[in-house]
Amino acid sequence: MSAATLRWARGTLLLPLVSVLLGLAVGTVAVLLSGTSPADAYWALFQGAFTNTNAFAETLVATVPYVFLGLSVAVGFRAGLFNIGGAGQLFIGGIFAAFVGYRLGGLPTVVHLPLALLAGMLGGFLWGAIPGVLKARFGAHEVITTIMLNYVAALVVDLMVNKGPMSDPRTASPQTPPMLASAQLPIIVPDSRLHLGLLLALLALPVMWFLLERTTIGFRIRAVGLNASASRAAGISVGWTMVIVMGISGALAGLAGAVQVLGVSNVLTPSLSSGVAFDAIAVALLAGSNPYGVLPAALLFGALKSGASFMQLETQVSADLISVVQAAVIVFVAAPLLVRWLFRLRSAPAAPVSIAEGGLGQTPPREGVA
Amino acid sequence: MDLTVRWGEVHALLGENGAGKSTLMNVVYGLTRPDDGTVLFDGRPVQVSSPIDAIRLGIGMVHQHFMLIPPLTVAENVVLGHETARAGIVDVQEARREVAELARRHGLQVDPAARVADLSVGMQQRVEILKALYRGARLLVLDEPTAVLTPPEVERLFEVVHQLTKTGCAVIFITHKLAEVMAVANRITVMRRGRVVATTAPAESSPAELARLMVGRPVLLRVEKGVSHPGEPVLRMEGLVVDDDRRQVAVDGVSLEVRAGEIVGLAGVEGNGQDQLIESILGLRHPRQGRIVLGARDITHDITRRVLRAGVGHIPADRHTMGAILDLNVADNLILSDYDRPPFARGLLRQIAAVIEHAARVITAFDIRAESPEQSLGSLSGGNQQKVVVARELDSGPTVLVASQPTRGIDVGSIEFIHQQLIRRRDEGMAVLLVSSELDEILSLSDRVAVMYRGRLVAVLDGEQIESERIGLLMAGAA
Repeated sequence: MSAATLRWARGTLLLPLVSVLLGLAVGTVAVLLSGTSPADAYWALFQGAFTNTNAFAETLVATVPYVFLGLSVAVGFRAGLFNIGGAGQLFIGGIFAAFVGYRLGGLPTVVHLPLALLAGMLGGFLWGAIPGVLKARFGAHEVITTIMLNYVAALVVDLMVNKGPMSDPRTASPQTPPMLASAQLPIIVPDSRLHLGLLLALLALPVMWFLLERTTIGFRIRAVGLNASASRAAGISVGWTMVIVMGISGALAGLAGAVQVLGVSNVLTPSLSSGVAFDAIAVALLAGSNPYGVLPAALLFGALKSGASFMQLETQVSADLISVVQAAVIVFVAAPLLVRWLFRLRSAPAAPVSIAEGGLGQTPPREGVA
Repeated sequence: MDLTVRWGEVHALLGENGAGKSTLMNVVYGLTRPDDGTVLFDGRPVQVSSPIDAIRLGIGMVHQHFMLIPPLTVAENVVLGHETARAGIVDVQEARREVAELARRHGLQVDPAARVADLSVGMQQRVEILKALYRGARLLVLDEPTAVLTPPEVERLFEVVHQLTKTGCAVIFITHKLAEVMAVANRITVMRRGRVVATTAPAESSPAELARLMVGRPVLLRVEKGVSHPGEPVLRMEGLVVDDDRRQVAVDGVSLEVRAGEIVGLAGVEGNGQDQLIESILGLRHPRQGRIVLGARDITHDITRRVLRAGVGHIPADRHTMGAILDLNVADNLILSDYDRPPFARGLLRQIAAVIEHAARVITAFDIRAESPEQSLGSLSGGNQQKVVVARELDSGPTVLVASQPTRGIDVGSIEFIHQQLIRRRDEGMAVLLVSSELDEILSLSDRVAVMYRGRLVAVLDGEQIESERIGLLMAGAA
């Protein structure tokens, strides 16, 4: 390895690795307090995540949504936007995908399945683009609007499946009818729940890398994320870029929703998101917003999630330990990043920017003469 | 390096950006620790490890960017942190009395009851000086104090400085402007690349000599340029009214023409509407009234992208915030406004090879000192960063160039290069609108000078009329 590669590795890999180790260390303290041997607990966690029957398959099942959602948050970060609306976009994606999945009958799998997945992406795109438009047009901060839209989306799902237009009349529980066979993601490892979504997730990584690094859209996204005023001065429409990137981010979250419905739960229920979208913020931070970094980060979170129940069964350490470890990892990885992040937000107040080409543009307030 | 400042003298510290002036003064003011060596104050070695130590010793610093609280009064700003209070309530009367007395003693006229926000920049600077004096400063460090002042304000600052030295204070005057040094200093220390290259006095030296010491080689102080041969007007502004961010009128009925083959200088103290005028030309800000015409085309309501592609080049005033993206590499910065056009993109796909190839060519053509096109822009020196911006804007061969502070904060070598480029392009028929708060730059480059004051064009001068004293007065709103 050359010196430059080493320096790069140290610069990019050091913080996440240290954060993970510190997170596990904090978990160790928690285990000690509960009177169990940390070695036993972590060994059980490892067995539950990797070596037991089907454990690795379950880890991968849990990893898949983290990949999509991690990419979703990461692409927003690259444009300088903090999309906390993954949960809502996932829900809306789930609704769109489920609708196509159980209502459109008589289609062959090669048509029906892609159609359902695309519907999920479309739903997420639209739901994500709303905060993008609000930010571009009115300067509404995306953190606020995406959080609010999460509640709206959750209630929309409830409205749809809880004795609503999409609920299954044959059951009392709030859920849609099951997906038609032609819309289900096929299982790729026999006798497991591991579905084709894994391959889609693995495909999404290079696609997102290519989008960011090799296309003009990606260039715009990166330019705006690094310096919005300079991008504007160079004739790049910052507003449109924000709408597009929020749309892309939403589409990835919507795809996560679609994949969960079509590959795992087989029905849409109000418990579709269950915190995955928020964990994904940590995945993106841990990945340093690098598409390829999302894979190991997502795998880590997937493993923690899938190993937890076996650990609880074996060692009586509560599965909530995982939340402690995750939270600690987030704190450690986010502290330096979030501090800088918040600082940047404060130094560049969210000014309304031009969205429609030729619309009313406002330059951000510039430092005047003291 | 060694630097000795005596009581009662104005000691000018002269050097280019990056010569180490600021670092040296940060050591004196306790913001930076020296690796080696000692600071002696009043003949005794002292440890200055924080600004608090410096203030206790009697060292005061006036920063280039003022540290004042605009809504508070002069007196409140001055006593801030050292208030006389009774039962937790600040004694405003006492503060005003003290500040008035202090101002009188040092010959600094200022109304202690005035709100800082209502004061001119020159007056605000006096408040900063008073703040330092109130804290007992006997050695004052003024960091580029004239950068934000009008020429008459500079004159008054010089008087204040002389008054201070009469009362026994010492003043360190940091600057890179030669004329000021000659006018104000008793002694001069010239720095280059972190070393003191000479200590001299105005009587023993000359501007040319000082420039040579500063740069390390003889420098042309005047730009060599021939007579201009202006052609047709290519950029016309008619009755432009433009608002600022607070929706106050910043540009108030400006009409101006820039002809092919001439450089029109827009002189004015910063903040008199120049920024808004330029932003409206570039489509970054939409005028409330009036028209902007490029050649035969009305571009008043065009978006930035269309304005740029219609043949307008733009060197923004601040390369860090608007001119370039420091975290992108040099090659990407060179195509910032053409990233989605052939040959740099085919459809949605970027053509990285073409981008790099283009960068390699431009780097050679504009003598940009970069190790590789893929180096991040932020790793270049300020002068080379600015050359990247200039190269990007000139390489596309615009018909009009709007250049705002094109040489601010960069080394003399790069300034020379950029000035020569502007003159050469002018001679080739490009129209240039030059905005600069450096009067010298306006004077040496412009064929015509328009002076802006409070959003209005107060004069457009030509030929013999272009003369520094007159422009200085116009910039200050006199005449």
